Amino acid sequence: MQKGRFGEYGGQYIPETLMNEVIHLEECYEYYRNDPEFMNELDTLLREYAGRPSLLYYAEKMTDQLGGAKVYLKREDLNHTGSHKINNVLGQVLLAKKMGKTRVIAETGAGQHGVATATAAALLGMECEIFMGKEDTDRQALNVYRMELLGARVHPVTSGTQTLKDAVNETMREWAGRVHDTLYVLGSVMGPHPFPTIVRDFQSVISKEARQQILEKEGRLPAAVLACVGGGSNAMGMFYHFINDGSVRLIGCEAAGKGVDTNLHAATMTKGEKGIFHGMKSYFCQDEFGQIAPVYSISAGLDYPGIGPEHAHLREIGRAEYYPVTDEEAVDAFEYLARTEGIICAIESAHAVAYARKLVPQLSKEQSVIICLSGRGDKDVAAIARYRGRDIHE
Amino acid sequence: MSRIKKAFEGKKAFIGFLTAGDPSLEKTEEYILEMERAGADLIEIGIPFSDPIAEGIVIQEANIRALKNGVNVERIFEMVERLRKKTEIPLVFLTYLNPVYHYGYECFFERAKQAGLDGVIIPDLPFEEKGEVKEAAEHNGVDIISLIAPTSQQRIEKIAADASGFIYIVSSMGVTGMRSEIKTDISSILSAIRRVTDVPAAVGFGINTPKQAEAIGEQADGVIVGSAIVKIIEKYQDRAAQPLHEYVKSMKEALPRLPVIPQ
Repeated sequence: MQKGRFGEYGGQYIPETLMNEVIHLEECYEYYRNDPEFMNELDTLLREYAGRPSLLYYAEKMTDQLGGAKVYLKREDLNHTGSHKINNVLGQVLLAKKMGKTRVIAETGAGQHGVATATAAALLGMECEIFMGKEDTDRQALNVYRMELLGARVHPVTSGTQTLKDAVNETMREWAGRVHDTLYVLGSVMGPHPFPTIVRDFQSVISKEARQQILEKEGRLPAAVLACVGGGSNAMGMFYHFINDGSVRLIGCEAAGKGVDTNLHAATMTKGEKGIFHGMKSYFCQDEFGQIAPVYSISAGLDYPGIGPEHAHLREIGRAEYYPVTDEEAVDAFEYLARTEGIICAIESAHAVAYARKLVPQLSKEQSVIICLSGRGDKDVAAIARYRGRDIHE
Repeated sequence: MSRIKKAFEGKKAFIGFLTAGDPSLEKTEEYILEMERAGADLIEIGIPFSDPIAEGIVIQEANIRALKNGVNVERIFEMVERLRKKTEIPLVFLTYLNPVYHYGYECFFERAKQAGLDGVIIPDLPFEEKGEVKEAAEHNGVDIISLIAPTSQQRIEKIAADASGFIYIVSSMGVTGMRSEIKTDISSILSAIRRVTDVPAAVGFGINTPKQAEAIGEQADGVIVGSAIVKIIEKYQDRAAQPLHEYVKSMKEALPRLPVIPQ
């Protein structure tokens, strides 16, 4: 496979101004990922600070109710900062520091990646600026304040659709203006090479642990692993160490918003087409002239018109499957998990829970599935209440 | 000799940029002809894109206005066709890669050739990915304009060696937009280019005053001005012809004149 490519997907479609910087990043990453001292330091941070390994929890009541395969939840929601995002940012911010950078910048959708980046920056003594769509700063005001508490500056992005893709645009613009002391800490398995690989590697700790944990508990591999996909970082993390286990189905659940037959969705795999955007060749929601389409989801973290290139490749070779899940199904699943297991998960993760509710009854009791619970749902409570017609002030 | 090459023959070139469809395609056509009358040597036509990641706020907003007007690549090709019947001024597109990819590389460059387009600048297509379009562009005789940035360093020579049409030197870090000062050492970039090619090199990003045009023109083969022109169009909308003419004339006149070589 060509460097930085997953089949035909991936690549480095970025302005010349940034080329030497991403080449330098690739070289530094290659060096440090083979440096035992760096990997030890990262491992210590993940254990002592982020709280890894995360639990693989057997959801017994859910299993009984669904009446099929055993359901396990990979509890990334229990990590410090409340989502899987911390796995990647500890790696990237530590890398930035080793590279001699003093400042990190990042985009954020729901605010999970922004909060995680601000956290790692505070811990490792880096200056931090976060770019967040104006619409998202409004619907996730609490996370904006959390980032500020952590010492980050939050810039509301007012261009375009004022959501995640515009936040990525603005962070790229910012980076192109100031590379000498700044690293762009990308939040998902997207963007130009080497980001999809770096983020996937740092997130792959999820499946590395989960594979070992399920073998300990069940003595056999799961029938399927499920994760929500926006850009696709928790899904890549959940899939990675199972890719070579051909019997394990890899299932990504994307945001269908109001439905894939409406204009209000973010279902890139179901409705998108091949394209080149944000530094990569992959699938994108776009119009007949190649303009990137506005997308919609109740979940700010899945509200993105593209998907990471490795996902596009995994689907093309028939290794992974992707299904759309509507707002309504996700909200139902959000409430269901709270009632059944006493876990309030992120609305993003609820997309995977929703699809699991359809899949699990079709499987046998000897089988098992793992759902990646990518984040916790405190941030979503007010929005879910509003969705159900209750006005709660955050 | 190609139209682009002619634009740099015996003179320092003034290259004007505007966004197609802002305020309307009819006006874009009129303003291109007006800039030519005022002395412009080459015109860069921006294809509006939903997510122009290399643009500053002035051109970003022009993109949004143009898209709201319902402009698309096909209608812009039709405008180029109309212009080609009236003028020989070289015309190049500035477009992000996705609209080209979506159109189909071969179809796009065939259409470009047929319409009379001379070149295409693609800000999100670095040297390493040029293979995407190179073949389709070359056999349709359309130049892919290469960009060189202040951070290009050791990359300059390989980019320049593969360049055709003209080379676009990005004067500053960051995005397009007017700047009061250009700090990059343009002359060292130019000498690295000159070691490998005689393809003309023009400087853009940030240039907006005659004084800057004069200073940059001392070194480079041309200057590229975008945001300042788009700003005039934003301000005067349908009535920008006269102020555009005056501005372009002042910039062109500020460029140093080359000595006339007796035949």
